This record gives sequence, structure tokens and C-alpha cells, in this order.
Amino acid sequence: MIALGQFLEVLIGGLMSGVLYSLVALGFVLIFKASGVFNYAQGAMVLLAGLALVRALDLLIAQGFPFWAAIVLGIGFAAAIMATTAWLIERLVIGPLVNQDALTLFMSTIGVTFVLEGAAEMIFGSDVYPLRLFPTDAWFVFEGLFPGGILINKLDVWGALIAGILVAGLALFFQHTKTGRALRAVADDHLAAHSVGIPISWIWFVVWLVAGLVALVAATVWGTKLGVQFSITFLALKALPVLIIGGLTSIPGAIAGGLIVGAGEKIAEVFLGPSIGGGIEYWFAYVLALAVLLVRPQGLFGERIIERI
Amino acid sequence: MLYRETSQFKTTYAEDMAIFPIRQDRIALGVLLGIAFIGLPLLATFHIWPFGGDYLLWAILLPFLILALAAIGTNILVGYCGQISLGSGAFMAIGAYSAYKLATGVHIPLAWLGFAISIPPLPILASILLGGLAAAGVGILFGIPSLRIKGLYLAVATLAAQFFFDWVFLRVPWFTNYAPSGSVNAPELNFFGVVVQTPIERYLLCLTFVTVTAILAKNLVRGNLGRQWMAIRDMDIAAELIGIRPLYAKLTAFAVSSFIVGVAGALWAFVYLGSWEPLAFSLDRSLDLLFMVIIGGLGSIMGSFVGAAFILIVPIMLNLIPTELGVPLSTETITHLQLIIFGSLICYLLIKEPRGFARLISIGKEKLRLWPFPY
Repeated sequence: MIALGQFLEVLIGGLMSGVLYSLVALGFVLIFKASGVFNYAQGAMVLLAGLALVRALDLLIAQGFPFWAAIVLGIGFAAAIMATTAWLIERLVIGPLVNQDALTLFMSTIGVTFVLEGAAEMIFGSDVYPLRLFPTDAWFVFEGLFPGGILINKLDVWGALIAGILVAGLALFFQHTKTGRALRAVADDHLAAHSVGIPISWIWFVVWLVAGLVALVAATVWGTKLGVQFSITFLALKALPVLIIGGLTSIPGAIAGGLIVGAGEKIAEVFLGPSIGGGIEYWFAYVLALAVLLVRPQGLFGERIIERI
Repeated sequence: MLYRETSQFKTTYAEDMAIFPIRQDRIALGVLLGIAFIGLPLLATFHIWPFGGDYLLWAILLPFLILALAAIGTNILVGYCGQISLGSGAFMAIGAYSAYKLATGVHIPLAWLGFAISIPPLPILASILLGGLAAAGVGILFGIPSLRIKGLYLAVATLAAQFFFDWVFLRVPWFTNYAPSGSVNAPELNFFGVVVQTPIERYLLCLTFVTVTAILAKNLVRGNLGRQWMAIRDMDIAAELIGIRPLYAKLTAFAVSSFIVGVAGALWAFVYLGSWEPLAFSLDRSLDLLFMVIIGGLGSIMGSFVGAAFILIVPIMLNLIPTELGVPLSTETITHLQLIIFGSLICYLLIKEPRGFARLISIGKEKLRLWPFPY
């Protein structure tokens, strides 16, 4: 019999790491909602943001800046890099490809991925760079209730907190600012939005910028967890099933999808993995996504797909 | 002047429906096949430039032919039937490993039933074709969700196949005949007593496979089935309303496509690699195939060849150029530069010609028709 304490520990750990997947998935959702572009480059953007931040931090601290000043300047630098990237992508790739079909746009973002990966590693180096922004030790809670208590990673709690703040911030931004309303209008129907005078290319720049900043936030958390390194780009592949389960167009969906994938994956790995050979984390999320799609083709929270002739 | 249809009158329905109705096309194709089947092997046998060593055959022509075959398979699914698949690499792997198992003998011990299923090693041609059939079977299975899931959702769903089979071939030792390293060696390529060994023989073998498949595929896509696929691609609800069964059309597309991709996978493993690991069929391979199809032109058999050549040769060129010019760059920088240039080139092509090289070819043909008197 599986101990309840162990089960809870696995469940909580899974939910927490699921939130971290959501952080990456959020960037996808933002861009897909506003421009219909399925942005494969989100993982590469996390890598670029992380590398820019960690290299700037190293340099500033080596120059003798106090830690807080280095962090502020480093984040500012990384944000500037992401803004430049967003502007270039909108100007050079997404703008000229307007009105092409979804597959072409998707493939073009894979091209963008190659460029970003190459450029990020060429400019900032291709080693593993440790990033220490958040505590990485663990708490033991409920020690009275279960033998040994439940282990909770502090970093995961930070990640969940940041994701919560981020979603709240994005919700406020989308609902209550002028740009946010324009964004929603463009997401709804970009031709109609264009005709009432909303500057489309500016809006798309803003969307890519916001996605870049979300990537920066994801990079701070994941960089602390794994160190900033090339394998961080594979996060994009981890985030895809999250996205599909939640629905491509839903911000709450990205969070819910992350929780489902995170918890499901860990539980399957711990309780099912040993009997069929381990390593099932590698594909479990995708099979889960496939199962969800068979029941709800638009994902759990996606807008209903209505087809007309 | 050269490319005119004037005075080519068609007097029978059969002529009208011919696969290449224009005489010049037939001549060009005949010349091309002649060069490929006779000219190149002759040059290679006598080591005439550019066949100094076997480099050109091994490093470019062999992979080009096999990837072109896989691209034709992918094109049938993505280009003709409109079902985006990111799992082609997995189907190549299924073809390769099934062919390997069949060629070395299958033994499934069913201990709880008290007997075992044993199949003796099959001849190599049968193994390759049956490997393709196995891929087709799995393709049908993973095609079933396409009846409900569409577009990019389907693309991500097909990733399930990719990751699942990566894992299966890595973790289930039965498929690799319990090889301790997980790496597998191809059996001897013995076709009815003829042993295929030298690069030229390997090249001719792949060329035969590709030619036969390309002609079959070309005929398939302009027939009844191909038209059903295209109707589904253009608008599946409308296709359903005019009496096309989506179940049949989509699943046949998955089956045919996976079969071709599976055969290509078996050839890739047996003829090109010789010994391989599951990594040979990773997600990168799937993405490459998708690039070949899109850059070559969706819904074009000819385009598959051009796309395969482009995606294969550009990275090789990018690798060669700095060394040839003697630019003092570290290998790491070259790798990064290569990524940047390759990515930009893809974006550039997609922006300039979203419909791929096939479109450029047809524009070229149109221009050639009017030349030298453009209206």
C-alpha cells in the first residue's frame, strides 16, 4: 500500500513543477491569442533571456556592483534584449508573413528558433551558468501528521508565487489598460481591429514583448533550478502538451494544464514507472494530451471551434 | 521556343490523361532518369570528376534519395491531405526497427500460454516492405485522432507518437535484440543472391526504390484517392458533404504516408547508416522532413525532391565554406553561425515564396512557355 504521505508529497511536488511548465506555456498562449502564431521559439526565448540575465549579472558583480543593483540592471538589460528581439521578429518575420496559413507561420518560428539559439549562444557563450536568485533548499511540513513529513522545495513555492503574480498582472493588463483592450480586439479579429484604427504591428510588437518578458520570468525560475544552459530550450517541448490540454487560447487553461501535466507526470513516474521501465516522464504528458484532445478537441479551456462552410 | 505545346495534339482520352502530357516534360524526365541510372554510376565507376572518392555518393546522393523518399511520404500526409504531422521521424524508426526484427528473426515467447511465436529471418526485400507495412499499421492507429483533432492541435498530438516511440526503442531491449549498447547493426543486404555493398550498388538500390515510389505516388495523387485527400485538405466539412468519407480518406493518407516513410526509414538504417541508435530518428528528423515538404512545396512530388536537396545540402555547404575559405573560426562559432544562417534562410524563403520551390518551378515553366516573347 502506498503511504498517504508519499502520495501527497509526489502530488504537491508535481503540482509545483507543473506551475513552472505553465510559466513557459503562458508565453505561447499570449502570442497565439493575439496573432494566431504557434510560437515554437518560446523555449529559445527563455534561453536568450536567461543567458542575457546571467551574463549581465556575472559581469556587474565582477565590476563591484552591490547585489541588488546588479539584479535591477541585469533584469533591465535582459528586458532590453527581449524588446529588441520582439521588435526584430515582428519587423522581419511575422509582419511580412501576415495572412499566411498557420503551418507556414509555425515553420517560420522554427526558423526563428534556430537563429535565436545560434545568436544567444554565440553572443553570451554556451556553458552552463548557475543563477542564484531564489533559495533552492527544501522545507519539511506536516511532520506531525506523516512520518518524515512532506518535502517541499522552496524554489517551487517561489515559482508558484511568481506565476500567480504574473497571471494576475496579465489579467489586469488585458482587462484594464488601453493597450490590453487593443490586444484583445486584435486577438478577436485583426482585420476589424485594423479598420477601427488599432495599429496592428505595434500591437504584435507588444505581444511579442510581453511573451519575451514572460520568458524572462520563466528563465529566472528555471535558470535557478537547472542553471542557464542549452537544454532549457527543450522546455518548449514540455510546454506543448500543457498548452494543448489547457487550450491554445486560454491563460487560465495554461495554468490548469500545467497543474494537470505536472501532477500526472510525477504520479505516473513514481507509481507506474517502475513497472514498465522508467523514464515515462518523457512521453506521458503527450499521451495525456492526446487523451484529453479525443474528448475535447479544443482543449479543456479553449474556445469552441465552430466550423462553417 | 523550346517549351511549347504547339502541335502536340491529343487524339485519345488516354493521351489526354497521361501522367506527363507535354512532350518536353517526358524528354526531360527521360534524360534525368538516364543520367541518374546510367550516367552517374558510370562516372562514379571510372572516378571521373566530381566522383574523386565516394564522398559525393555517400554523403550527398544516398541521404538525398532516402530523405526525398521520406519527404514524398510526408508530403502525401501534410501536403495532399492537410494533416500536419510532427511524427514522421517515429514512423521512420518503426520502419527501420520492424525491418530489422523481421530480417533477423522474430521470437516472441508467450510463457503464460506455453508456446512462442517464432518467425525465421525473412529475405531483406520482404523485411523492408513489411517494415513499411508495420509503420502503416501504427500510422493508422495514430491517424485515428485526426478524425477529431485538427490543425496545430493534431501536430502536437502526433508528437505523442514521436516521443513514445523514441522511448520504446530506447528502453525495450527486445527491439534491439538485447544489444548492450542499444546500437544495432544492419544485416547483410542480400537481394535474391545479389549482395549490395559498394556505394554505387547502394545508390542504385535507393534510386530504384525512389523512382518506383515517386511514380506510384504521382499516379496515386492524381487519381480518385488523391482527389479525396485534396478535398479533405481544402475543406473537410465540404468534402464530407459531397460524399467523401473522412474516415477512409484520412486513414488511407496516414497509411500510405507512413508506409513510404517507414520504407525510407528502413533504407536509411540498412543502406545508409549501417548501424544506428534510436537517436537517428529523433524529433529533429521530423522537423527536417516537415521543412523539406514546406520549402519544396506542399502538394508536389517534384517539390519533395527539391526540398530534400535543399535541407540536406545547405548545412553541408555552410559547414564546408569556412574551411574551404580558410576563415579562422572555432568549430563552435561555425556551428552557431550555421544555425543562424540556416534559420534566416528558412524564414527568408518562407516570406519570399510561402508555397515553396514547386511554385517557383511552375512560374519558371510558365515564363519558359512565353519566352522569348513575353506578352
